Amino acid sequence: MKPPIYGVMAEFDNPTSLVNAAREARARGYRKLDAYSPFPIEELSEALHLPKSKLPLIVLIGGILGGLTGYLMQYYVTVIYFPINVAGRPLHSWPMYIVITFELTILFAALSAVFGLLGLCGLPMPYHPTFNVPRFALASRNRFFLCIEARDPLFDRQATEAFLESLDAREVSEVAH
Amino acid sequence: MADQKQIADEELGPSPVIAPGYTFGRVTDQIASVVLTRRTPVFWVACFSAGFSLLLLFLWAVALLFAKGVGIWGIMIPVGWGFAITNFVWWIGIGHAGTLISAILLLLNQAWRNSINRFAEAMTLFAVACAGMFPLLHMGRPWLFYWMFPYPNTMGVQPQFRSPLVWDVFAVSTYATVSFMFWFVGLLPDLATLRDRARNRIARFVYGILAMGWRGSARHWMNHEMASLLLAGLATPLVLSVHTVVSFDFTVAIVPGWHSTFFPPYFVAGAIYSGFAMVLVLAIPLRWVYGLQGLITDQHLENSAKVMLATGLIVGYAYILESFTAWYSGNVYETAAIWHRMTGPYAGAYWFLITCNIVAPQMLWFKRVRTKPIFLFCASLVVLVGMWLERFVIIVSSLAQDYLVSSWRVFHPTRWDWATYVGTIGLFTFLFFLFIRLLPMISIFEVRTLLPQAKVEEETEG
Repeated sequence: MKPPIYGVMAEFDNPTSLVNAAREARARGYRKLDAYSPFPIEELSEALHLPKSKLPLIVLIGGILGGLTGYLMQYYVTVIYFPINVAGRPLHSWPMYIVITFELTILFAALSAVFGLLGLCGLPMPYHPTFNVPRFALASRNRFFLCIEARDPLFDRQATEAFLESLDAREVSEVAH
Repeated sequence: MADQKQIADEELGPSPVIAPGYTFGRVTDQIASVVLTRRTPVFWVACFSAGFSLLLLFLWAVALLFAKGVGIWGIMIPVGWGFAITNFVWWIGIGHAGTLISAILLLLNQAWRNSINRFAEAMTLFAVACAGMFPLLHMGRPWLFYWMFPYPNTMGVQPQFRSPLVWDVFAVSTYATVSFMFWFVGLLPDLATLRDRARNRIARFVYGILAMGWRGSARHWMNHEMASLLLAGLATPLVLSVHTVVSFDFTVAIVPGWHSTFFPPYFVAGAIYSGFAMVLVLAIPLRWVYGLQGLITDQHLENSAKVMLATGLIVGYAYILESFTAWYSGNVYETAAIWHRMTGPYAGAYWFLITCNIVAPQMLWFKRVRTKPIFLFCASLVVLVGMWLERFVIIVSSLAQDYLVSSWRVFHPTRWDWATYVGTIGLFTFLFFLFIRLLPMISIFEVRTLLPQAKVEEETEG
């Protein structure tokens, strides 16, 4: 069954309160949490116990694929598909392949970094419930938000709201679906 | 809470790179207001109109080129490269400073870069766009440009992967793509800011689509930071490789004056030199018109001037080494090539470039010059002219007088050479001012992280 609301959200004035609130909520046993801030806060990932980003692995795979593509493409063209005999020099002239192999490694790795980023963030996402909170527009300006989602087993509309109010929040509001 | 914040401010003091007194709100509003206002400064209209007029000149020159062919330019045999490749190398070099600021300085943890990296990256993008025009137009039949890429075709032929000219295609197109992606990834959070701040419905819709639903979640930021770091790590070797590959276009040929192993570092240093000059030429008027002196401070200008001085010295060293190598090699053709440069038909250009690139920048040793924006602006213009002349002299003088005296010919640019070159300056100005008006020219979220309030106070956690 879908819970009646998406969750409850507390608004904070500064990054310190947000990080403290996130730690407190974790300590209380809440697990389905997300924090929103106008700039990256290193301490938040640790406070929310976020798993390590999978992006480096994606980029590594992209880079290896790019390098292989670059090298094999040149090998195929210069040795098999369109061999040109220049004074009997070897067709498999690997030193001449280095530049394009390198460029394609970078290109594929960068493409996988960008698409990996979008994929891991779930973007593009045309709709998200947090935007139903009018003050959430300030999350991209100067306010810091912590949202406890209704999916959390410990979630209770009144109790969770009361808990968030006790955390030195500016304002606590419900997030509609 | 307020007390806590005050303590934080007092303890940490004002941030060294941003003027004191800024808050998250003020940073956001000041940078976003440049874009979200209905009022357009006269300066913007003037520059945009100038750029647009020159862009029309460019389109005229290109239309004529398409109709009549490359014969409207002054190129001939032996000087087949002329202005087109000079402009290509010059523009691509200018782009390099943007990547240097955004990628290399990020890896080196130079926080001061945060308020100049956005427009420097935009500069890269537009400079590469201008650069890309020239090899395309120079092809003669630009509509067949896709022949440069390996694709299955009925002609049964493929590009020659052992040629630096094909490497260049891959290097420059990779560079353009990666620069665009790096720029866009950095823009994403700021597009979300514009989406949330825009009053106009169309603006909100467009920024909303571009922001892709970014909501500044901790999960977003963690991946975003990682992506920026990885892209910076990828862009750093890329930017060094691009001008290296461009220099291979010359060094792999056996033309005297080109065939030399020190070209790659020499070209990269020259690229960064001219790029920082362009950064200063753009930053100094912009911060003055939009009142951004608190964000792009005198320290930013001074740091850029120092990079210019350092790379300028490397370039100076390269000139000396070039002459020394020619003499020390004992090779009669190499010696003749340098001698022709210094005393031949291009001697005027050579000595003018030495003045612009080596003598004039020595002024930057003085702090009084580095802290006076007007001097810096003039010095940067001088360097840009000097670097253009350097490319011109290397390309044209070597080609005009090589081994066979009977085939020597002097290159004279035609009015269409000039129109195409000045036209790309118009294209650059046009794109750049469009960017200034439509997107935040300073990275808002990265400037927020520079404020002292952005630090999390660990001791309050108890």
